[in-house]
Amino acid sequence: MKYLGKKIATLIMTLFVVSAAAFIAFQIIPGDVVTSILGTEATPEREAQLREELGLNDPPVVRYFRWAGGVLRGDLGVSYRYAKNMNEMMPVAELIGDKLPITLSLAAISLVLIVVVSIPLGVVWARSKSKVLDAALGVITQASMAIPSFFLGIIVTYLFGMVLKCFVPGGYVSYEKDMGGFLFYLLFPAMAIALPKAAMTARFLRNSMLTEMKSDYVRTARSKGCSERRVMYGHVLRNAMMPVITFWGMILAEIVAGSIVVEQVFSLPGIGRLLISSISTRDLPVVEILILYITFVVIFVYFLVDILYRVVDPRISSR
Amino acid sequence: MKKGSGIKWNKYLVAGLCMTGLVVLLAVLGIFWTPYSTTTMSAGERFAAPSLQHIFGTDNFGRDIFSRVMKGIGTTILISTLVVAISGAAGILIGALTGYFGGIVDEIVMRIIDALNGFPSILLALVVISVMGTGQRNLVISLGIVFMPSFIRIVRSEFIRLRDADYISRARLMGVGRARILFVHILPNIFSTFWVSVMIGFNNAILAESGMSYLGIGVQPPQASLGKMLSDAQGYLTTAPWYALAPGLTIVWIVLGFSLLSEGIQRLSR
Amino acid sequence: MKKRISVLLIMALLTMAALGGCAGGTDGSSGDNSSVESQTGSTDGSSEDNASAASQAESSESSQSQAGSPVYGGSIVVGIQQDVDSLDPHKATAAGTKEILFNIFEGLVKPDENGDLMNALASDYTISEDGLVYTFTLREGVKFHNGNTVTAEDVKYSLDRASGLLDGTPLISSLSVLTSVDILDEKTVQVTVGSANTELIYSFVAAIIPAGSGEEESGTPIGTGPFSFVSYKPQEGVVIAKNADYWQEGLPYLDEVNFKIVNSPDTALLELKGGSIQIYPYLTDSQANELKDSFQILSAPSDVVQALFLNNAVEPLNDVRVRQAICYALDLDMVNEFVAGGGATLVSSAMLPTLQTYYVDLTDTYGSSANIQKAQELMADAGLPDGFDLEITVPSNYEYHMQTAEVVAEQLKAAGINATINPVEWSSWLSDCYTDRNYQSTISGITSDMTPGYLTNRFQTDSKKNFVNFASDVYDEAYQNAAAALDPAEKAEYYKQVQKILCDEAGSAFIQVPPITIAMDPKLAGYKFYPVYVQDMSTVYYTEQ
Repeated sequence: MKYLGKKIATLIMTLFVVSAAAFIAFQIIPGDVVTSILGTEATPEREAQLREELGLNDPPVVRYFRWAGGVLRGDLGVSYRYAKNMNEMMPVAELIGDKLPITLSLAAISLVLIVVVSIPLGVVWARSKSKVLDAALGVITQASMAIPSFFLGIIVTYLFGMVLKCFVPGGYVSYEKDMGGFLFYLLFPAMAIALPKAAMTARFLRNSMLTEMKSDYVRTARSKGCSERRVMYGHVLRNAMMPVITFWGMILAEIVAGSIVVEQVFSLPGIGRLLISSISTRDLPVVEILILYITFVVIFVYFLVDILYRVVDPRISSR
Repeated sequence: MKKGSGIKWNKYLVAGLCMTGLVVLLAVLGIFWTPYSTTTMSAGERFAAPSLQHIFGTDNFGRDIFSRVMKGIGTTILISTLVVAISGAAGILIGALTGYFGGIVDEIVMRIIDALNGFPSILLALVVISVMGTGQRNLVISLGIVFMPSFIRIVRSEFIRLRDADYISRARLMGVGRARILFVHILPNIFSTFWVSVMIGFNNAILAESGMSYLGIGVQPPQASLGKMLSDAQGYLTTAPWYALAPGLTIVWIVLGFSLLSEGIQRLSR
Repeated sequence: MKKRISVLLIMALLTMAALGGCAGGTDGSSGDNSSVESQTGSTDGSSEDNASAASQAESSESSQSQAGSPVYGGSIVVGIQQDVDSLDPHKATAAGTKEILFNIFEGLVKPDENGDLMNALASDYTISEDGLVYTFTLREGVKFHNGNTVTAEDVKYSLDRASGLLDGTPLISSLSVLTSVDILDEKTVQVTVGSANTELIYSFVAAIIPAGSGEEESGTPIGTGPFSFVSYKPQEGVVIAKNADYWQEGLPYLDEVNFKIVNSPDTALLELKGGSIQIYPYLTDSQANELKDSFQILSAPSDVVQALFLNNAVEPLNDVRVRQAICYALDLDMVNEFVAGGGATLVSSAMLPTLQTYYVDLTDTYGSSANIQKAQELMADAGLPDGFDLEITVPSNYEYHMQTAEVVAEQLKAAGINATINPVEWSSWLSDCYTDRNYQSTISGITSDMTPGYLTNRFQTDSKKNFVNFASDVYDEAYQNAAAALDPAEKAEYYKQVQKILCDEAGSAFIQVPPITIAMDPKLAGYKFYPVYVQDMSTVYYTEQ
């Protein structure tokens, strides 16, 4: 319980620091939201009116705490830039609620790809006695890990989009219109995300399995006459998976948070692209919530991993 | 891990050294000489396919891609080195002090690092760049800040591990000064761990630099940069696929080379 | 052995899964076309409209593949570059928003493809001799998208709102000269202005919206245009649908138009090829070349004047000789070749060649190729024989300006000017360069409406838009004469003077009017270019196959 309390306190502290930092950064960045909205047609009257409408006339500290108070009451604020209709601006909650399924689906598909590819690969690799296969997998996974995601995105675009014509790059289909088409389109950016991570996981799993295979209980199990299959999948793999699952937790956090570049390459209207465009248009309310959200997800996933670890391995909590 | 298989580490090290050696050679050569000017434009030679004259072909302004890749490697390596130098030095200083002394300052620094950790590095760099503006110097500073936490963390944990070691306690009892303990007695002993994280950091810095330049917030034209070349090339994928392949594969080559090298070094020290 | 096979199996399965899905994807995209063909039946468009559509096609550089007869119905996806900045036609400022809203909203008058005005919601108007009173007669029976008829109250409300008479804040600055809007009878509205300017009539393209709709909560955008608003999603786009009650007989042809935001020109190219968009209006030269076999490529001059804008107030650019040296050093032909594939129109002052009455060709002043010797002489005269450092700030989101900057920087180096490029975000450009005028030089574009004054009034010494700090009494006087002139010939003469002064004084190094190049699906026809930045979808139709 004390542990939980401490974690929650840390979470709140972090969210506060991060949001305040983002707020301060926006006070320093050149480029002001009002000139940015009005563009080259600005008149002093319009500027004054807009400043009033957006509540920018109060001192920054007042604005920050007014915003933070709103968030605590569940009011995430309203975008400066995105219109909902002719007279209202888009509420941030609605805006993000609309984009979230895209980024989360992308993360989920990527994770599935990682799991599907890396576990068999890792197992086969660990059990392999062939020097050639060992070396080949070593080189392939090393090389996969060295490809930056944007280059991989370009390769996937070129190969599957332009040579094999499997999908129309940029031809994203909204999930509300066509769920199948949406998921199919996401498969390709997911590939670009999954490949290096799958390679990393496979290496990780292999090393972890090799360590387990040398441990005493495996020898005991074998000597007790357990079948090789049972030893392998019942004991070695199960134990070797522990650190791998931790690793996946971190990857998941990384994907949810860091799909910025891949969304850019594949023109996915997800959280990452929203964040980039909101920073460049100085849409502070949107940026604040996105940053809070990303920070929250990362910390929360790390926290879950930590809990999982404690549940499975009681030695940690006794420390 | 397989110990004793002496040839194994050699392979990593040799391959890594060869790959990075070639890269560094090209970069150094690029400072003094490139086959063609990297900025002179030529309307007649746009999108020339790879040939004996232009082994990587030419780009949309008729510039020789190989020459630009040479310069680009130099830019990338220079930036990454500076980033690692800045964040590594800061990591040692802050990590040593917080790790050794602990207390409230340590707690605050760790909370800040936790907060920074909850942030994807490219996003953090993006925010820093937005505040300070684009340009090579700002890129180095922002990536330097981004990479600092991981170094601080590693150095700190090493210092915590070593501060209670017997030989340090003895040195303390003998009245050795704090600065001397920190930097003469403990620091040399963390170098093997530190070195590995420097190599990893270097690789991450290369990826981050090219990623930022790809997004258009890193190195700026007309200076050659692998990431920027890649993003320019994206528009000509169907007409001039070599334009994208050259800088892309070069990045892969560099990163692969350095990761093999660090793997080799790691195995060497085991 | 077993394991190796299992690896291969997995790999094979994955590849098959990917490829198997691929076939399905292609099927989906071809679905749109069949739906179009099924609606071939009703072809009752008035022949006049067809004739006019055909004549416009001639005016552009299109290959004459626009022959097929029009078919009603069908839907298309149009790729656009920017997100919408507002759904309020009076508050929208971005060109990328206005081009879409043009299909939804209309004013008393609206532009036609020749740069003239045609009557829209007004069936007729008169301007008093002194130019101070405008009397509009409303067109009979025009309906808003909500079904209500347009009344004089709606017109008064809309003009009051746009001009600031409603709450003191003008939303459209050119209308701020309005002093009163009066309803004479239910069909007639009279507008009084404070000072006469014959160009003001162009401002009455301002959208007419239902009275009170600017304050209503959750107001759907309601106009009178050929299409009505359906939906908007940030980062995805705007969908509009046919207005069946549109007052222009026979228009529009299409049932639905989806303006889809396309991330970058690169993906636009891929989307065109993949069939997920049918029209994309901002092709680069190399893209146009790539698509010319499978698409109709149409091209026309844009409404943008691109220049290397020079801050006349900073060292050393405050010396006219230095500014002239820069103009001489530029090789405009080469810029044109590199960034526009030779398709741009070179200019040397702030006027669009398409505004034929007012435009004067001044490109001989500094020549269209580089004159390094002359540039160096001028610099030596100015006490800078060894050249100087020049920072070129560029809004980095505009790839076209970025590429121009790369070429320009290289050319300036040849004359001994050490140019560096400083890319900034658009928001920073607006506040630092445009509002605070804190820069040395910048490559950007200024857009025009259909009036000659719009491009030139910003160079008056104390204009708020004079971000280059150009200061010339002669210029100010010439401009004021031009604006005040009521006689067309006299007005044209003054505007030519204005251009010449700006060019001779090298107010900035003007470069070109970039072309707009669009790619359109071969099954479509009827696309019209306007001298202003709009995407008129009302005349676009599928041809009978």
